Amino acid sequence: MAAPKKGRGPSGGQGRPGRALALILIAMVALTGGMFLSGHTTPRLGIDLAGGTSITLKAKSQPGKPDAINPTNMDTAVSIIERRVNGLGVSEAEVQTQGRDNIIVNIPKGTNSKQAREQVGTTAQLYFRPVLTVTAGQATPTDTASPSASGSAKPSASPSDKETASGSKATPSAGATTQGRAVTGALTKDTSPSPGASASGTPKASASPSASVDPATAELQKRFAALDCSTKAGRAKAGANAKPTDTTIACSSEGDAKYVLGPAEVSGTDVDSAKATIDQQRGMWIVQMDFTDKGSKKFQQITSKLSQQQSPMNQFAIALDGEVVSAPQVNETLSGSAEISGSFTQQSAQDLANVLSYGALPLSFDEDTVTTVTAALGGEQLQAGLIAGAIGLALVVIYLVAYYRGLALIALLSLLVSGILTYTLMSLLGPAIGFALNLPAVCGAIVAIGITADSFIVYFERIRDEIRDGRTLRPAVERAWPRARRTILVSDFVSFLAAAVLFIVTVGKVQGFAFTLGLTTLLDVVVVFLFTKPVMTLMARTKFFSGGHPWSGLDPKRLGAKPPLRRTRRVNAPTDPKEA
Amino acid sequence: MSRLGSLGSRLYRGEVGYDFIGKRKIWYGISILITITAVVALAVSGLNMGIEFKGGAVFTTPSTSASVAQAEESAVSASGHQAIVQKLGNGGLRIQITEVDLAKSDAIKAELSKDLKVPEEKINADLVGPSWGEQIANKAWTGLGIFMILVVIYLAIAFEWRMAIAALVALIHDITITVGIYALVGFEVTPGTVIGLLTILGYSLYDTVVVFDSLKEGTKGITKQTRWTYSEIANRSINGTLVRSINTTVVALLPVAGLLFIGGGVLGAGMLNDISLSLFVGLAAGAYSSIFIATPLVADLKEREPQMKALKKRILAKRAAAAAKGESAEGEQAYDDDVHVDAAPTAAVVGQRQQPRGHGRTPGKR
Repeated sequence: MAAPKKGRGPSGGQGRPGRALALILIAMVALTGGMFLSGHTTPRLGIDLAGGTSITLKAKSQPGKPDAINPTNMDTAVSIIERRVNGLGVSEAEVQTQGRDNIIVNIPKGTNSKQAREQVGTTAQLYFRPVLTVTAGQATPTDTASPSASGSAKPSASPSDKETASGSKATPSAGATTQGRAVTGALTKDTSPSPGASASGTPKASASPSASVDPATAELQKRFAALDCSTKAGRAKAGANAKPTDTTIACSSEGDAKYVLGPAEVSGTDVDSAKATIDQQRGMWIVQMDFTDKGSKKFQQITSKLSQQQSPMNQFAIALDGEVVSAPQVNETLSGSAEISGSFTQQSAQDLANVLSYGALPLSFDEDTVTTVTAALGGEQLQAGLIAGAIGLALVVIYLVAYYRGLALIALLSLLVSGILTYTLMSLLGPAIGFALNLPAVCGAIVAIGITADSFIVYFERIRDEIRDGRTLRPAVERAWPRARRTILVSDFVSFLAAAVLFIVTVGKVQGFAFTLGLTTLLDVVVVFLFTKPVMTLMARTKFFSGGHPWSGLDPKRLGAKPPLRRTRRVNAPTDPKEA
Repeated sequence: MSRLGSLGSRLYRGEVGYDFIGKRKIWYGISILITITAVVALAVSGLNMGIEFKGGAVFTTPSTSASVAQAEESAVSASGHQAIVQKLGNGGLRIQITEVDLAKSDAIKAELSKDLKVPEEKINADLVGPSWGEQIANKAWTGLGIFMILVVIYLAIAFEWRMAIAALVALIHDITITVGIYALVGFEVTPGTVIGLLTILGYSLYDTVVVFDSLKEGTKGITKQTRWTYSEIANRSINGTLVRSINTTVVALLPVAGLLFIGGGVLGAGMLNDISLSLFVGLAAGAYSSIFIATPLVADLKEREPQMKALKKRILAKRAAAAAKGESAEGEQAYDDDVHVDAAPTAAVVGQRQQPRGHGRTPGKR
């Protein structure tokens, strides 16, 4: 019996119930305060309860790949879109396939549905392509934009402190690179472009250095010259329909630069994960990415090649759906993992990380229909659920009062505390991690009443057992606690394990449910330790309870305590403490 | 309270006690029978899968004077597929049509609007892909598998492998019963059902773990006493936690019953009803299995240990000796035991708590 030994230690602390109570009171005040301060006073509701937006995406058949639309690819697409719209996983957006080539995305009201639509609908294919040429984004090739002017182009991933490395081995162009990589129009392998080279984006030289007179290249040149990245339509057109193996032209997603890009070397599926973090030393946002095994080999190859090149050809472009999201310079051969630094804001770093993590859809999609879903049914169900929950709770109250009498007060107060904590946490988790309350989550919360109440029942029964052994209330409360505590922890652990596994493995509705269950199980432990037990200790000091008032639920006579046992207990006193 | 309360105290002292372990063969029999019925029902009638698994559309109309039969006819003629129509609490209709895809849904919506005289834009169409439910279910099964493995490992470490196995058997038993009832009655299986089922696993084990915890405590130092066999202590553990089991199950079932009968009754089918139905069945099954299946199974497995066998032999021999000495030996024996308890404090919980002091009851009576 491990508990008894442990039980002796904390019993010293059990004389200070006020501390625990103060702690939980502070927590409650802080959570409630936070809730009102942040203005999120109700939990965000899921699509089934609040309504929302439903988007139907239709997979585009791709030329040359008639079999691309297959269940495997659709499932991959679903899981990527799911991760993308759900962020941390509890925003309750539902992503499901419909028929052979449709994906339906249901986004609950309250999420930024415009942003979600963009994330869902527009992102499709991600490739890492070597940069062959960069100029400012205008169409007119005669425009001799000064380097510094377009140098202000979003340097999404430009020079970091590694820049110094590249600078040292670099050629005269280096000076220009730091500021105006976007316009250093080195179209050839010419190793000594003058730094001030009037980067007039006139791409007379070949885009692909090796094949300068290729007709296809000439065609590309023409299109590149004509490319206008300042309009959305122009940007969309630029990279459209480009095969990964083609040399292609593309705009930056901001429209301020245009590129000639080589064939894709690494695809988005090669990225294992990416995240935005703050570089502590430099105090700036960077994006760290890890590649899969296959991806890191490919990445090693491309970076070893690129790091030998001069600017701008030492850059690789992260092209998403034909738009260049970022074009970091490569300063050294990298493998396995890499970091992209530059003047990121938190948002832009986060966006890039998202694109890298989830950007690689095996298919591209058209937005087919976007409808607004009303919550008629869900709302009704919620109302019925709440009424039913209230009635169920009332029955629980009646039962507890009938059975535990005075003790029921402690149980009910604990349930109340648990309820307040759950509600405030749910409200705050809405904006924090996108938690949305859906019907299954409501059910999870109602089921949790049972689990929470069980902890009290275990404890109360233990106390009663101690009283039946002839103890007075105060020692009974303390002696019952270690045993009850162990039981509560062990069983709550099982419950939490179930919730955690479900949360990790499943998606959508089940996940929301698992989250609620896990949350309430954790709260149960908190409430029992910081509220129920201390309150019980305090109550044991009152005459009502310790005197065994008939209505206290702890009347020794009713519980059938045996006075003779008390005598025995005294006789056995020396061995007694070790036992319980 | 008073009656249950005093029952609690009598259970606690072992004055009354139901012989769960002794009659375990009956329970095993009942459970095997239920399981066979469940499997047969599953094989014969199968499960009534909801549209989430088959794919289809759910149309919800605002309040309308059209009758259910009318709507059904309209839906079938519009889609050419089977339709399930339910009246909603607000006077509207909920029309489920299987195997309908996006292209068709607008046409059906138009037709429904014409036939039922409801403005088209007020009809809410919810399309469900056929893989939707399957995805949820598949992932749920994966989750279930992982959870079972983890829980067995946990229970084997925290308790012992016999308890882990018994808990697992009880869990599978609960799920089988629940699924069997679904097959038998023909309730519709929806993602809500799956969710309910998943909750049961947590809850069923939760219940089992509480009994096991008391069993573990009760059998601590069991070999140092010669008073009770493992089975007898197991039986006491069940009886000792019986009040808790009843209370917990009642407290858990009340809100669920509220959801099921009040919430569901008012609204007809819906996710709420689906979840609460499988919860209700599963909770009841979970409470049953922890008492009647899991613990007897542990006792069964445990009694096979050579140690326990030897203990049982010693106890039986002692009891036989006591019986031979006759009633007069009773007091003496009780004294023996007291000495024993003091000598081995670890066994004191067993000895002292369960010792019917002042009652003069022989342990052999059991």
